[in-house]
Amino acid sequence: MQGQESAESGGRALAGRGAQKPAAPDRSLAQQLAAAERAKKWRAFLLTAPLLLFLLLTFLGPIGALLTRSVVDTEFASALPTVSREIRRWEGHMLPDEATFAALIHDVRVAREAGTLAPAATRLNYDISGFRSLLFATGRGLPDPLQGSARDALIEIDTRWGEVETWGAISRASGPVTSLFVLAALDLKRTADGGIVGAPANEKIFVQVLARTFGIATAVTILCLLLGYPLAYVLASLPARTANMLLVLVLLPFWTSLLVRTSAWIVLLQHEGVINSALLQSGTIDVPFELLYRRAAVYAAMTHVLLPFMVLPLYAAMRAIPAAHVRAALSLGATPLTAFWRVYAPQTLPAVGAGVLMVFIQALGYYITPALVGGPDDQMLSYFIAFYASKTINWGMAAALSLALLAATVALYWVYDRLVGIDRIRMA
Amino acid sequence: MKISSKRWSAGAAVAGIALAVAGGALAQGRPLSVVSWGGAYQDAQKEVYFKPFMEKSGIKMVDESWDGGIGVLRAKMQSGANNWDVVQVESEELALGCEEGLFEKIDWAKLGGRDKYLKNAVSDCGVGSIVYNFVLGYDGDKIKETPKSWADFWDVKKYPGKRALRKGPKTNLEIALIADGVPPADVYKLLSTPAGVDRAFNKLSQLKPNLIWWEKGSQPPQMLASGEVAMVSAYNGRIAAANKTDKKNFKMVWNGSLYTVDSWVIMKGSPNKVQAEQFLAFVSEPQNQKNLPPRIPYGVTHNAATALVDKAVLPDLPTNPANLNASLYINDKFWLENLDKLNQRFNAWLAK
Repeated sequence: MQGQESAESGGRALAGRGAQKPAAPDRSLAQQLAAAERAKKWRAFLLTAPLLLFLLLTFLGPIGALLTRSVVDTEFASALPTVSREIRRWEGHMLPDEATFAALIHDVRVAREAGTLAPAATRLNYDISGFRSLLFATGRGLPDPLQGSARDALIEIDTRWGEVETWGAISRASGPVTSLFVLAALDLKRTADGGIVGAPANEKIFVQVLARTFGIATAVTILCLLLGYPLAYVLASLPARTANMLLVLVLLPFWTSLLVRTSAWIVLLQHEGVINSALLQSGTIDVPFELLYRRAAVYAAMTHVLLPFMVLPLYAAMRAIPAAHVRAALSLGATPLTAFWRVYAPQTLPAVGAGVLMVFIQALGYYITPALVGGPDDQMLSYFIAFYASKTINWGMAAALSLALLAATVALYWVYDRLVGIDRIRMA
Repeated sequence: MKISSKRWSAGAAVAGIALAVAGGALAQGRPLSVVSWGGAYQDAQKEVYFKPFMEKSGIKMVDESWDGGIGVLRAKMQSGANNWDVVQVESEELALGCEEGLFEKIDWAKLGGRDKYLKNAVSDCGVGSIVYNFVLGYDGDKIKETPKSWADFWDVKKYPGKRALRKGPKTNLEIALIADGVPPADVYKLLSTPAGVDRAFNKLSQLKPNLIWWEKGSQPPQMLASGEVAMVSAYNGRIAAANKTDKKNFKMVWNGSLYTVDSWVIMKGSPNKVQAEQFLAFVSEPQNQKNLPPRIPYGVTHNAATALVDKAVLPDLPTNPANLNASLYINDKFWLENLDKLNQRFNAWLAK
């Protein structure tokens, strides 16, 4: 890497000198060099281009598109465009003016004809329960032709049109962006006059779930470190042949499907599972333990699944530490503990950093394992993302929760970088 | 009732495009297409309804299956190449699609009049096809003293063991209120008030340490069979199937059970509307409906049909008057309005 850099800077320096000197052969040499450099860079770029393109299409693009859905809000505005424009003039304290009421009547009539009322009604119902049928009932009840005041006509169909909160929901849904989903992901909501308040106590959930997600990930990371460090140490101190054979035992679960490993835990832990049957038959217990659908089961299964990500970087780093270092420390009078702590352990720190980061960030996104072996109060944030994405088809909410998880992860990464330093991490 | 998982919509869409390309003449001449839930249910329908209908009327018809979902119906109508005529839908799709104008209005005069059918099987856009229930289920071999109602579901002293309920607020809030002594007729009136929702959640909280949750209709009989739980809420058809195929002795409590109705609808603008109406008239005949329950334990919707059904299947039939009168109709209007908020509250409650 360093050699390449100096060659490049050398090339630039030569090109710079060549530009100053007018002599023809020299200049063409500089040009040739520069051209060669350019070609090399292009080749390098073209070689990596498929990967870049692949990442762009399959990773950055979809993630970006999903995350924008947490704030983009056009379902209502595209079905009822006129009232969405009119409501912008509204200040939010009293009922809107006659023109806004008239615009709503016009839009609902047009949308009803075109069959586009449903998505708008669904969107409003996210905000206020009962808004779905209010919009459809309004569509059915519209007087044709309208006589007199549009405001009176609407309030006659349903008195809710005379309430400021109703128009607040329309204002919040008028797009093109909304804070509804992002606020809801933080257990917050907006009032008609634009203030932000906490969600009702019995609907608060996501802040708690986010904290739980980080709690579980932290616990699993600590467990992986406590189990993985001694294991890697033993492996690294064995002769290479034995170590390689034992390493297969680490790698075998690593190569096995996550679903299989999680199901294996169910077989072990369930009511009539291996552990309970063994204990019952041996007469140790009379009533089977409730082992499954508990936090402890989540910790056990996730630690099992993620352990190789801790062991492998640690093992690679420990293999590279010459045994002479500790021997030298001992011969200079250090106790074994001091030798380990001041000479050996610091050399494994970059690998510890790598293992901790890999395990922790993977654990944050866990979904299947807690869903299968955990109880209802062990579910992590990904469970709720899946709930909104595939059960209720509320993409706004799914995207907002993803955004919350991503933001929290990036923030944590930043803190980690400040405290430990990302550049100190060695993957292997 | 969604049983099969065949996916015909993609093929149907291709067929639709082909029809559109081939032009109107071909589309006019296509046979009547009837879409149902597939699986054992549709096999029974073939024998009881489809084949006799074709023989008797001479009308050519084809049957397909789908997995439900209002989005599928919306997409069909919006594509302008809808090739379905008669579709069986769940009550939620019926309410949504009728509001959105996806279905033709039913001419009840051609079906003998609204009053000939169960009240909840009649609507502007649909004719009820089957009735099925959420019942309290238990293993008759393990529980000797017969539970009588959802109140016994809450009685963990008398009936020790875990309980399984469907994950989600729908059906559980109703069950909780009934268990708390609310007369079934007042359940939705109460649930429309914040105090009623609080009461339902408080009642569920009492049982929470003993609750586990199912998500697929096939799970409750499995949970009963494994001994994991003592009682479940379950579809009556699943319990009956477990008794029949796995030789179990599962019992059902009909008192306070919840029922819903699937309906036949005619898709808006169907070129086969006349034949479709003939089909609906045929499948609504009591003489034809009476043949369905012996094959699959779903209730039928014509008032006169249940009396004609084979007496052997009557005790476990949702439309047996004794069962029907003891059960509560699941109010889809209520759930369409309130599911978003109550889902949120249920998830928050569950996660605590």
